Amino acid sequence: MLIYAVKRLSVAILVAMTVSLITFSMIYLSGDPAMALAGESASQSDIENIRRVYGYDQPIMVQYFSWLGNALTGNLGHSHYLKTEVSEVIFTRLPVTMTLGACALTFALTLSIPLGVVAAMRPNTLIDRIALTIAVIGQALPSFWFALMMIILFGVTLRWLPITGSDSWMNFIMPSVALGYYITPAVMRLTRAGMLEVLSSDYIRTARAKGLRPSVVLFKHALRNAIIPVVSLAAVQFGFMLGGSIVIETIFAINGLGQLAWESILRADLPMMQAIVLVLSCFYIVLTFLADLLNAFLDPRIRVS
Amino acid sequence: MSERILEVGNLTVDIPVGNGMLHAVQGVSFHVDKGETLCIVGESGCGKSLTSLAIMDLLPSKAIRNANTLELDGEDILNVPERRMSDIRGNTMGMIFQEPMTSLNPAFTIGNQMVEILKRHRNVSNAEARDRAIYLLEKVGITAAASRLSQYPHQLSGGLRQRVMIAMTLMCGPDLIIADEPTTALDVTIQAQILLLLAELQREFEMGLILITHDLGVVARIADRVAVMYAGEVVEEGTANQVFNRPTHPYTQGLLECIPIPGKTERGKPLGSIPGIVPSLVGRFEACHFADRCPFAMDSCTDGNIALRPANEAGHAYRCLLSPEQCAANAKTKGVA
Repeated sequence: MLIYAVKRLSVAILVAMTVSLITFSMIYLSGDPAMALAGESASQSDIENIRRVYGYDQPIMVQYFSWLGNALTGNLGHSHYLKTEVSEVIFTRLPVTMTLGACALTFALTLSIPLGVVAAMRPNTLIDRIALTIAVIGQALPSFWFALMMIILFGVTLRWLPITGSDSWMNFIMPSVALGYYITPAVMRLTRAGMLEVLSSDYIRTARAKGLRPSVVLFKHALRNAIIPVVSLAAVQFGFMLGGSIVIETIFAINGLGQLAWESILRADLPMMQAIVLVLSCFYIVLTFLADLLNAFLDPRIRVS
Repeated sequence: MSERILEVGNLTVDIPVGNGMLHAVQGVSFHVDKGETLCIVGESGCGKSLTSLAIMDLLPSKAIRNANTLELDGEDILNVPERRMSDIRGNTMGMIFQEPMTSLNPAFTIGNQMVEILKRHRNVSNAEARDRAIYLLEKVGITAAASRLSQYPHQLSGGLRQRVMIAMTLMCGPDLIIADEPTTALDVTIQAQILLLLAELQREFEMGLILITHDLGVVARIADRVAVMYAGEVVEEGTANQVFNRPTHPYTQGLLECIPIPGKTERGKPLGSIPGIVPSLVGRFEACHFADRCPFAMDSCTDGNIALRPANEAGHAYRCLLSPEQCAANAKTKGVA
């Protein structure tokens, strides 16, 4: 188990390094950063000045390592636009996005896993069709459109829920549903397929031959095995959700990382964008690592060699 | 008379298929007494496994089960609610399956899976259940039994897993064990060990044992009684002595002809084989099921179903129009009697 954890951890660190390199290189994707900062009417000497002040005149590897060294110590640079430390802004916005992500993931899993299980228990019946319909709709609806429709119905017409801000838990309902529904279909389908396969397996027949209660057969013997691939998928889907949160936070005017990313793109605030991408990537990497550990816990074939 | 454990009367299993009904098991009747081993033999697809699953009520959901009698320890288990049936399964009647590699749940330890069955049916503490698991693991010849409890199925070989399955089935001290080809998936060297172990345990715990197999050598060694199945029907039934030494049904004779006997079968002589293939069981057909492969078939063989009828000795029955004397003569010429 320990060896496995160390292996997964070193992979995670390698991925994090790669991500940081790509994140850093982003600066140069949009052309000369000094020129972009200086603006259209800047003189050549202004540009040179800016280049020197921000260190863009250094060789790129030197820039990368000094940026990386700073990032590791928590110094993510200085915002070009907000005139404050990037890390300061990010740490005030991060909890909001994490709350949204956690709520959305919880919503998605509590909807998709039971639906998948029920659909697998009664394949090709009405209940299976209903579950499939819910999944297909989720796959077909763009999340921004779904969010806008919810705003019209629950926010404007029925006036049940607030449509902007992040002040109370009520504010998180619609964004969580919009964001979570986006990953529901994939998780539901995998749960259904996994359960169908497991339910027809020999060890489920053994469990029934032992006279175990149907609930024990289903939840202990079947779900434990069917859920293993779902854990990995959920971690990957959470990554998509972090991307999706940019759209959802913008729509619901939630002051999270997503909205900050959107604003920073508009402001060409490169250090801020770099930092946001880095932080979100690290979250994704940590989550994948945790999913690996959870899988090892669930599946002794990974854990015990 | 010894105590009757299982009584099966006129059991049928029908499975709806695309173009009709597959009559997989047709009018199968047999019984098992306390401390008795009944072997059901027959080739693949003859309905042996479905018969055992029908007794356990573990048939696939689309299969249709019917019977005149299905009694375990005198209790009707044909028309009982699933709740009661699940109290019986694993408790008074246990089953060992063909595939030891996949029959144990990969996500739980051996100990967990063994303790679970006893705790389901008996009001015992974890410690008591663990003690019984260790005792039974030792009984089935597993060394370091206590430390095996924390192992996972993937850490054990196929032979060990089947021993664990056997020990697990014994947890509640069942009256009847059904073993459905328990050694098919194992190495030949392990096969004999497992079967002898089963026979030994069956004697020690005085259980009824139904052993489903197509290994006639094994049957000859451990069976008290034998039922030969062909195409969904029992074609011959009797004591092991009767079936092996006085095979009456042409199919049984054909099966025995396929097996070389050291010292008896001539060197260089080609082994017997039964020509033709098993008939399709989709749709009813009113004839001897073996007629189109039988060397002694007559016109009358295809005039309706043939009933199981007694042979010359008590307890010996067969399903053929030929008289016992004609059959005995046939067996002589084939060299199987």
